[in-house]
Amino acid sequence: MEKELRLMKGNEAVAEAAIRSGADAYFGYPITPQSEVIEYLMAQEPHKRTGMVVLQAESEVAAINMIYGAAACGKMAMTSSSSPGISLKQEGISYIAGAELPCLIMNCVRGGPGLGTIQPAQSDYFQSTKGGGHGDYRLVVLAPASVQEMYDFVEIGFDLAFKYRNPVMILADGIIGQMMEKVEIGPQKVRRTMEEVIKQCPWGTTGKPTTRERNIITSLDLVASRQEAFNLKLVKKYDEIKEKEVKYELINCDDAEYIIVAYGSSARLSMKAMDLLRAKGIKTGIVRPITLFPFPSKVLFDLADRVKGFLTVEMSTGQMVEDVRLAVQFKKPVEHYGRVGGVIPSPEEIVNALEQKIIGG
Amino acid sequence: MTEEIIIAGFGGQGVLSMGKILAYSGLMQGQEVSWMPSYGPEMRGGTSNVTVIISDERISSPILTKYDTAIILNQQSLDKFECMVKPGGTLLYDPNGITRHPERKDISIYKVAATQKATEMGAVKVFNMMVLGSYLKIKPIVKMENVIKGLKKSIPARNHHLIPMNEQAIEIGMKEVQQV
Repeated sequence: MEKELRLMKGNEAVAEAAIRSGADAYFGYPITPQSEVIEYLMAQEPHKRTGMVVLQAESEVAAINMIYGAAACGKMAMTSSSSPGISLKQEGISYIAGAELPCLIMNCVRGGPGLGTIQPAQSDYFQSTKGGGHGDYRLVVLAPASVQEMYDFVEIGFDLAFKYRNPVMILADGIIGQMMEKVEIGPQKVRRTMEEVIKQCPWGTTGKPTTRERNIITSLDLVASRQEAFNLKLVKKYDEIKEKEVKYELINCDDAEYIIVAYGSSARLSMKAMDLLRAKGIKTGIVRPITLFPFPSKVLFDLADRVKGFLTVEMSTGQMVEDVRLAVQFKKPVEHYGRVGGVIPSPEEIVNALEQKIIGG
Repeated sequence: MTEEIIIAGFGGQGVLSMGKILAYSGLMQGQEVSWMPSYGPEMRGGTSNVTVIISDERISSPILTKYDTAIILNQQSLDKFECMVKPGGTLLYDPNGITRHPERKDISIYKVAATQKATEMGAVKVFNMMVLGSYLKIKPIVKMENVIKGLKKSIPARNHHLIPMNEQAIEIGMKEVQQV
């Protein structure tokens, strides 16, 4: 079969991928710069294509709790928002993590804090990778750097969510959401039947047969010792994720003396900077974390033995840089460069930052 | 081949759709493409711009500070982007409403009176296709057959009867463009 190529916005690619991956439901609330997700889904009428439910909730809080309900029934459910809306969803995300339920959340990040701006930013790294809501939990966090990855990570994200019974976040930003690129569209997967859902999710509240006890979905346990055991069980799950699910891309690292660490759209800006640096004879490579949790610490630790220094490029005041420093363990200098508040760093500024902070520093 | 283009003008001039048709034309001939619009406060202020990159290779940054070509459709955009054309690059503009014309000597400057021509023809809606035609005359980076395929992909099926009119506008733009 000839592959189908389309020119799509990142937000549209996420929406189409949700339909194609056989998702059961999308619940959301519009906010710039990701409103195209729900606009596209509404226009596509996926209930006619696959039976998928799409609903504009009355608020972000309502949307995430609809996700909680759908996930409790073993359904493939997804929501998306942008930074202020994702903050509103944090209570629900914490409950979903605490109830060990699968779901997919896309954050098309804009500058903050507060209402901030509608322009692109990467200032939600801490919120995404260190918990976000209350309690000791982690999300699996995927960082797409192209519209194709926005598409691909929906199915990958759902797979991870169900494999580990854990919420998965696609951490995008206004650039990746708003830009159009070539997307190779996959085949339409058939939505699971109720029998398949019951088989895949024996823990789900799918109706009680006489052969088992009731399934109870809750994040509440008032007995401290049981809650501690549950917390330790989560730790084991996160350790397994750290061991098995790390993904990253190495670009020109083989002969590199300097490494730029950047994810998402910053990695794209840094690729241009890398070309400019290499044209000057400065051997630069890029480590692009694709999973932010689990973080690709080992590859950075190993690279530190043979490179001279690391520069992280993020559209934040310096968040991922902390994880890079932890990974490198002071073997080599690690510095941060970023623009914030919706300002996008230019490749030339990244070149200057590497020259001044790492080579000259 | 990598061609980095900024298209800039007023909202409503068809800046974004011109960029989309150009990007789709590149996609139709198997190239890598990116299309990055301004969606921030400037959009809400009436000006509109889009960065289009067409390349034989993987595209790095979709956002740029230097361009091979600037396609300029109003004074504000000329003031902002003239200095961002690479030395030896190309600037194409519509002189309608322009009071300070481009001044650089180290780039190739072209103009097309597309607003005037489209108004005379009573076809203001295909104004942007005239400008696209002028650009493709200067830089034939995509084949006409792929532009038509790009048009078909970009325009909803219910408007496909308008494609010949768009094609004609592209041809007029090709004829009307002049080097300054």
